[in-house]
Amino acid sequence: MSIVVENLTKIYGQQRAVSDISFTVNKGEILGFLGPNGAGKSTTMKIATGYLIPDAGQVIVAGEDIVQQTRAAQRKIGYLPEHNPLYLDMYVHEFLQFSARTYQMSKPTARIAEVIEQCGLTREQNKKLGQLSKGYRQRVGLAHALLHEPEVLILDEPTTGLDPNQILEIRKLIKEVSRDKTVIFSSHIMQEVQALCDRVVLINKGEIIANQSIADFSKGLQTEAVLRVEFKQAIDVSVLEGLDVLTKVTHQQDGHYKVHAANSEEARSAIFKLAAEQNLPLVGLQEEGDSLEDIFHQLTQES
Amino acid sequence: MFAVFIKEINSFLNSLIAYIVIAVFLTTIGLLMWVFPESSILEYGYADMSTLFNLGPYVFMFLIPAITMRFFAEEKRTGTNELLFTRPMTAIDIIMGKYLAGFVLVVLSVLPTLLYFYSVYQLGKPVGNLDISGTVGSYIGLLLLGGVFVSIGVFASAITDNQVVAFVVAVFLSFVLYSGLESLAAIDIWGASALILQQLSIVFHYGALSRGLIDMSDIVYFLSVIGVMLLLTKLVLDARKWS
Repeated sequence: MSIVVENLTKIYGQQRAVSDISFTVNKGEILGFLGPNGAGKSTTMKIATGYLIPDAGQVIVAGEDIVQQTRAAQRKIGYLPEHNPLYLDMYVHEFLQFSARTYQMSKPTARIAEVIEQCGLTREQNKKLGQLSKGYRQRVGLAHALLHEPEVLILDEPTTGLDPNQILEIRKLIKEVSRDKTVIFSSHIMQEVQALCDRVVLINKGEIIANQSIADFSKGLQTEAVLRVEFKQAIDVSVLEGLDVLTKVTHQQDGHYKVHAANSEEARSAIFKLAAEQNLPLVGLQEEGDSLEDIFHQLTQES
Repeated sequence: MFAVFIKEINSFLNSLIAYIVIAVFLTTIGLLMWVFPESSILEYGYADMSTLFNLGPYVFMFLIPAITMRFFAEEKRTGTNELLFTRPMTAIDIIMGKYLAGFVLVVLSVLPTLLYFYSVYQLGKPVGNLDISGTVGSYIGLLLLGGVFVSIGVFASAITDNQVVAFVVAVFLSFVLYSGLESLAAIDIWGASALILQQLSIVFHYGALSRGLIDMSDIVYFLSVIGVMLLLTKLVLDARKWS
């Protein structure tokens, strides 16, 4: 087991930021750490990297207790903090050299060239960090987290604030570099976790709500399909309600309806048939966004 | 320690802070020693360096906080302290790296004043008619005083994320410790403890050194103040872990 978090508690004043959480990450696994903002993700990560000290419980990273053997554990961690703070007046090379020195790497030049190449920074390597776009800064952040070949990568919301293309690039990069590493990856975006991770820990208000493999997690979520149906004019709701395959119908405005069904495909064909038979002009039929998001919303609102 | 030291030195050099500090220090001292009639050696007519050693501390009192104010305050404001404290370095490594970088800058700004020393030495009649031991003692005192001011600046920078606050606090603490305590001791309410108050002030020990008397107790005083300040800095920085 590469990372063991046991009964971890952190209290800020009156507020329990993290409340008695426990989970483990196996070697080579990518763990998605999911939760709304303020759920305690960053606090947990800050404790795991030795930046904060927990009020109770312990974190063991690659066999080293982060509180007792802080330096030894920190040597094995690559950390990308939230918002990716960097020394903006440094050059890319200078920053990586500084990083290498903090890890007392003896001959860093070759390794620096390697991570620059790996993180796609070759063209930007002679620029100042302040001149780089956010996406490239994030690559520098990843490069310095990887530099000392850590066993464990801790990435705190690495894709926040990036544009959609950059998000895809960074995700791809994370996927590539994490092949032989243990990774904790925090996010508040469901699809991202689904795309990257083997397992999910869902946390809210400092407590763990779910800790499952990504397959189980998604399966548990896809209980019901939600469809948006749009007719040219408003129709009688009872017409739609008459369809057996639909479990619930709500009229929203004009010709817009929101329907729930157990099976999306059956429901869609049934609605289409109904429209054709009764000669109702159907102008839109769309499966609603992500039931994942809905469930995430539900889970984090209830508790 | 080495990593942080190099980083800070590079940052001084790249941001021009180093050049500005050295240039301002030398220009100010140069004007006071050679140009301004009230304090000029040429007007005064005696071959001694007392202008440098009497006014240098006041110049340092403003210049040193200006170079130390960003040390921790800026790291906190930009969040880069999280980068520092999650590396396998102790708080002492980080503090010493920054402290030494600041101290090296002080040494670099004092070093060119040896040229002034040489000039005064040559101007004496006969040549070399200058209190050498007093001057050497004063130089040691000035460097130690610079060391104390840097440690105060490092501490002030650690207690806030605002550079202006760090600057003002550092100037104030430097002033109180330099001559404020001695001036307080002059009030006639302390009785026997007036002497203790006086001995706590820098100017008491600085004055002793500048007479050319290098007493171990004075050296120990300066080193202890530096030690206490850096230790307080460590306490302040460690406190974040428990917050």
